[in-house]
Amino acid sequence: MRDVAIVSFAQATNLRRNTERDEVGILQPVVAEAVEKSGVKRDEIGFTVSGSCDFLAGQPFSFVMALDVLGAWPPIQESHVEMDGAWALYEAYVRLQHGDIDSALVYSFGKSSPGDLLDVMVLQLDPYYTAPLWPDSVSVAALQARALLESNGHSERDLAEVAVRSRKNAKQNPKAQVAGDFDVDALLAEDYLVSPLRKHDCPPISDGAAAIVLATGDLAKRVCERPAWIRGIDHRIESHSLGARDLTTSPSTALAGEKAGVGDGPVDVAELHAPFTHQELIIRDALKLDDNVQINPSGGALAANPMMSAGLIRIGEAASQVMSGNAKRAVGHATSGPCLQQNMVCVVEGD
Amino acid sequence: MSEPVTEIRTPIKLEYVYTAGDVQSQFLRAVAKGQLTGHRCSQCDKVYVPPRGLCPTDGVATSEVVELSDKGTVTTFCVVNLPFYGQSLEIPYVCASILLDGADVPIFHLIQEMPADEVTIGMRVEAAWVDDAEMKPNLASIKHFRPISENASA
Repeated sequence: MRDVAIVSFAQATNLRRNTERDEVGILQPVVAEAVEKSGVKRDEIGFTVSGSCDFLAGQPFSFVMALDVLGAWPPIQESHVEMDGAWALYEAYVRLQHGDIDSALVYSFGKSSPGDLLDVMVLQLDPYYTAPLWPDSVSVAALQARALLESNGHSERDLAEVAVRSRKNAKQNPKAQVAGDFDVDALLAEDYLVSPLRKHDCPPISDGAAAIVLATGDLAKRVCERPAWIRGIDHRIESHSLGARDLTTSPSTALAGEKAGVGDGPVDVAELHAPFTHQELIIRDALKLDDNVQINPSGGALAANPMMSAGLIRIGEAASQVMSGNAKRAVGHATSGPCLQQNMVCVVEGD
Repeated sequence: MSEPVTEIRTPIKLEYVYTAGDVQSQFLRAVAKGQLTGHRCSQCDKVYVPPRGLCPTDGVATSEVVELSDKGTVTTFCVVNLPFYGQSLEIPYVCASILLDGADVPIFHLIQEMPADEVTIGMRVEAAWVDDAEMKPNLASIKHFRPISENASA
């Protein structure tokens, strides 16, 4: 396998509703920043791949507009996944293994604000038996939260503690949307949104974008002082049918983590893509992360949840911890689908 | 033998609020006043209309606003002879790419007030705007383009 590293990461400031810019306008400075910080020249980038979803914008082929930010002239090699940008990063990693190119640009973008996100998310469910009932995304997550709370001794207080820690960590993240000091008892005194979930258990609705530049071996060493080498990356999926799964565990995360080699060494930092508080507990268990692991120093998806980017951002944040020298070994996790249906795990290490 | 289920209905309706953003809003507000504007790229000097706030060739942000003429030149066209549901124009009619004076990329619009079979590439055309009272921030404020003769000014 060729050594591939993350050499730069950039993201937009996450906003509930960005009225000044359209999707492409949000993305342009993010891609420009990632490319500039990478030290890789635009014409050195051998492959470009993006992640986005037309259902957010409400228009077909909306990702094609985003090509305008690339300066795609002379024509470039490009690809797209209708998924979180983390899966675009996976495609770029595989593409770099071919051996004929040395760098790739990965980006993702999406505005959650144009539609009613909770309803838009219904369309990812089974179209015959589940989606016609229009269970919104918070209600679907609440089914999972209830199952978890009833199964293994976790309490609503445990969930609130995840929220408090995430919002506290987010104070150090200038791109975060929800940050600050909160009190667990005060949060627990608030009403349920969809029992057993309260507002603090749910992610904010965010408009945003993110970009990462990957480089192989010698190029990565040349352009980056501390490249975040991808030592393992794997993704796994479970049944689409919610009823066919044990929602209190995440076998796909566990298997992806095993294949990516999470347990092969100590983990300093883990950035987990858990849009709902209870999902962080499930993912931590699946990855067997102990109390020494710093979880979501960025604040995670509870601090900002730009659809299609929040997973890629987790990998970017994990890599940033390595590139800055804060961590020797970090884990980035991304999820997709209802109730953690599909999961990716990426292990990054410094030299 | 029981009857097969051949159809289920699962109606889906989603509503979206589109945000044009600052750059396109600026363009659309100018259209409502009968003005067409573009953005010039600081790197390649090309003028794009409608402006999207960036240059697709160089991938850089643009901000220099350029006022454009509502006159231009036909760069290519087609004659629509196909009837379809919801058609508001009488066939045959002409759709054209029109390079506005001062711009580097053409816009798309209709050509009317002349026989369809007499439209040619290179023909000079001008915008036929709707009445002032009907002007809105969208390109329907231009009813169509029509031929002009510039011999007098030549």
